[in-house]
Amino acid sequence: MLSVDVEKRLGDFNLAAKFETAAGATALFGPSGSGKTSLVNMIGGLLTPDRGRIALGEDVLFDSATRINVPAHRRRIGTVFQEGRLFPHMTVARNLDYGRWMSGLSDDPAEWQRIVTLLDIGGLLQRRPGRLSGGERQRIAIGRALLMKPRLLLLDEPLASLDRARKLEILPYLARLRDEAKVPMIYVSHLAGEIQRLCQQVVRIEDGRVQASGGVELLDAEVAH
Amino acid sequence: MLNLSPDEWTAVALSLRIAVVATGVSLPFGIAVAWLLARKDFWGKALLDGIVHLPLVLPPVVTGYLLLITFGRKGAIGSLLADIGIVFSFRWTGAALACGVMAFPLLVRAIRLSFEAIDRRLEDAAATLGANRMWVFLTVTLPLALPGVIAGMVLAFAKALGEFGATITFVSNIPGETQTLSAAIYTFTQIPGGDAAAGRLVIIAIVIALAALVASEWFARRAGLRYHGD
Repeated sequence: MLSVDVEKRLGDFNLAAKFETAAGATALFGPSGSGKTSLVNMIGGLLTPDRGRIALGEDVLFDSATRINVPAHRRRIGTVFQEGRLFPHMTVARNLDYGRWMSGLSDDPAEWQRIVTLLDIGGLLQRRPGRLSGGERQRIAIGRALLMKPRLLLLDEPLASLDRARKLEILPYLARLRDEAKVPMIYVSHLAGEIQRLCQQVVRIEDGRVQASGGVELLDAEVAH
Repeated sequence: MLNLSPDEWTAVALSLRIAVVATGVSLPFGIAVAWLLARKDFWGKALLDGIVHLPLVLPPVVTGYLLLITFGRKGAIGSLLADIGIVFSFRWTGAALACGVMAFPLLVRAIRLSFEAIDRRLEDAAATLGANRMWVFLTVTLPLALPGVIAGMVLAFAKALGEFGATITFVSNIPGETQTLSAAIYTFTQIPGGDAAAGRLVIIAIVIALAALVASEWFARRAGLRYHGD
């Protein structure tokens, strides 16, 4: 599915990571500052690696050897950021429709209805993001990323800015997403509990390196304490 | 209540036309320069910044004189433009050019600050959703900078309306062609019995300036509400 082999120097921090994922949901797991977000930004095209190769299936997104670097807007990789990043000057409906419009996709009312129902955001469509709760914002950010029909969905700590109650509110939607939307997902988190509920595979990152990769049993030691 | 003579009306109308044209024409350039200064690092950036701000610190007469020797009929650029039918010297278009140049630093400064205040992560989010750089600018950057753009336009408009020194140096003080509100007030104060006419124009100037301020406040508030309200 996704294969990543990149190096990037960020100040004093050296990131050199190599991993592959299969279909389904893969977790990038590791402590804060281990380089998870930088990896996500390189996959999405927001950060350029110094060296290496990133490919989604047969499609090469970045290759320093052949000087390929597909810009972010042509990668069709949906990203849900920690802080949602909804456009404050647009209604929820226009936020949701933005990716479809910018990606040049035709209107698909059935898909729209399916996502709106899946995420339970039908009542928010005419509101503006400013007055929404954190949980509502994250659901809309997820819907916005899905409606561009991404080839891959990157979720960068989508629950980190939420309190426990809101986390429990969103987790079931993410599980439904994994089961129903059939979009491969990369789920970034430093919390083993979330990952165990959502992901089949785990890539464990520490200090800019891949420490281990495999199934969720990698997390057993973490959950114990 | 205000019985303006035809000549006084002409000066008011001319000033409004000059200020509107100066603000409108300089707006795209102002947005482009503000964006360059806010977002790009390039060789000569400090120089560009300095040149843009020069009219703010130079004596206006000096700016007017520089415009005269550059854009006058025999000036380096003016003579070239005259060949294709664009004449600035002693025309209202020259007054608009002078006002635009004098107002440019205010326009650029306001827009630049609002570009710098934008959360760049929103632009990244737009890119991941498929927007190329032009669409990111048109659908995210510019709308979010709108309060600053409006503030800059109002400042520029007010400056253009009141500009005196550079205009009179560059295009003189010709009634009906280059005699703006400020120049007309100055002229009336220089002739015996001109006080009443000057007074009427002073009131007009105050009313226009206040209206511009109130309008900008209203637009800025509306734009602010759009971002933070329901």
